[in-house]
Amino acid sequence: MSTLSPAATRITPEKSSSPSGVRRRGKSRMDPTRNNTAAGIAAWLMSLLFAAPVLWMILTSFHSETDAATNPPSIAANLTLDAYKEFFGETSGVSPWPSLINSATASILSTVLVLVLAIPAAYALSIRPVKKWTDVMFFFLSTKMMPVVAAILPLYLFAKTVGALDNIWFLILMYTSMNLPIAVWMMRSFLAEVPVEMLEAAQIDGANLILTLRKVIAPVAMPGIAATALICFIFSWNELLLARVLTGVVAGTAPVFLTGFVSSQGLFLAKVCAAAVIISLPVLFAGFAAQDKLVQGLSLGAVK
Amino acid sequence: MTTATARISRPGHATATPSRNKASRERALAWARRAPLLPALIFLIIVTQLPFVVTLIISFLNWNSLSPNTTGFAGLQNYVTVLTDPDLRQAIFTTILLTVAVVLASLVIGLGLALLLDKKFIGRGLARTLLIAPFLVVPVAAALIWKHALLNPTYGLINGVLTWIWSLFGSDAPPQLDLLSQAPLMAVIISLVWQWTPFMMLILLAGLQSRPMDTVEAAQMDGATPWAIFRHLTLPHLRQYLELGGLLGAIYIVQNFDAVFTLTSGGLGTANLPYAIYQTFYYANEYGLASAAGVVVVIGTILVATFALRTVFSLFKKEAAR
Repeated sequence: MSTLSPAATRITPEKSSSPSGVRRRGKSRMDPTRNNTAAGIAAWLMSLLFAAPVLWMILTSFHSETDAATNPPSIAANLTLDAYKEFFGETSGVSPWPSLINSATASILSTVLVLVLAIPAAYALSIRPVKKWTDVMFFFLSTKMMPVVAAILPLYLFAKTVGALDNIWFLILMYTSMNLPIAVWMMRSFLAEVPVEMLEAAQIDGANLILTLRKVIAPVAMPGIAATALICFIFSWNELLLARVLTGVVAGTAPVFLTGFVSSQGLFLAKVCAAAVIISLPVLFAGFAAQDKLVQGLSLGAVK
Repeated sequence: MTTATARISRPGHATATPSRNKASRERALAWARRAPLLPALIFLIIVTQLPFVVTLIISFLNWNSLSPNTTGFAGLQNYVTVLTDPDLRQAIFTTILLTVAVVLASLVIGLGLALLLDKKFIGRGLARTLLIAPFLVVPVAAALIWKHALLNPTYGLINGVLTWIWSLFGSDAPPQLDLLSQAPLMAVIISLVWQWTPFMMLILLAGLQSRPMDTVEAAQMDGATPWAIFRHLTLPHLRQYLELGGLLGAIYIVQNFDAVFTLTSGGLGTANLPYAIYQTFYYANEYGLASAAGVVVVIGTILVATFALRTVFSLFKKEAAR
């Protein structure tokens, strides 16, 4: 996987004149102005189709329960914040805040732990690589291929024995192990972008490790480290299976709170949508913040 | 970490040090190189490998926590049950079907979207952002939205739109779908394809944009049709990106729990192995059986991963030899 060549030499063609008679349909990047209307319309239609569930979720969350559950849908119904008030427990008294705070705690602290462990590891796999560094990389990846369900029972029994069930710290350790392999892969690819010449120059100038890290490596790798952190945050925030098995009333996270809506009945559609919007907001923000590096991160550094 | 004064070098830059005890010095240097790696490695081995060893041991035990008196060595009995029990066999089949269907469908749709987004048009950035949105909804939330707001037979958006379109033509008897009870696995597949297509699209778009355009231009000069260019230049170039997307997608979708749990609660033949194992140990308390099923998942994953990686490698060599 690490053999995918970085597309460093992407050619941006400037020659837009070509012999007439050559069919050019579909090769738009050479001809940015023509023949793209159809593709543009198709792309926009598909984008709207894919975004429709998200847009509908947001719109419904601002409708009243009676307007939310109509057939055909009432798109132009009056907007209201009632569903959000309901979600935050105005009448039921059940507050989602503890679960949101648990999710934030678990996601942020596990991400910090992942960075603390992954940055040195990535350093030893890229800047000053150990001998069989590719083997180590594939060991990391192989732990990610092992499904969580194959290890969850011993973890559950262990937590039960030592009294760590429903404890947010145990969940934090689980999320750290869940994200560490992918973080090492992402981080290695970002650290590998630090040019060898710069490292050699710093060495010749007599810079010590701390100085090299701060002045040479950090400026190049920082955007990548930030993107890695955001992606790890997203994966932890989204996680359900471990949280459902290992937590209960005290340490339950936001996705566990959401499962309370799986089988609810009656008029609750606007409330479900409001809940989904609130709980997805951090992920949407993190995802759009990491957008530039999202592909490289999600492809574990194989695609730039 | 004693790397403060160590030399910065990469393989091939190794410099010989004329020293009396060169060997021990090199060993110390090698350990200095390894040191930053060890915390992560040791942590992962303890938290992921050790539990799996325990799973392996439990899988040979007859262990139901509700009847502790019958606990004992079971030999291969749990594995026989996993492979013969109709429910668990169905779960194996469902896992394969779900993974293959979702990966293939999202790859194909993702490829189409990537080809469209590779062109310049008005508002391309915004369209791309809208397309990514499904991937950035919390999976449980996405499954809830599909279950209640989209697929619900009485007030879901899909049936609502059908009613609305039919009413435009003066009909008051629109067709109404009920995927959740009539084709529940299809409902799970659709919601997952919706979430994973943006992922595939992003990887394939990056692949498209790394295409060497000079060969494409040369082909155009020679009068190649867009289809020929796609078939003989673009697709071969995209192959490794398609394989990468498929491999990564498969790793995540094999393990999917959220969508199955939320949309159908594993009912009506939609229980995949992660869900079946969850039920076996969490509700049925069959620890031995659940562990054996877990081991089967791992073996299957290793087989698929080895096969996939080998295919990637052999295709790669074939390409190079051509």
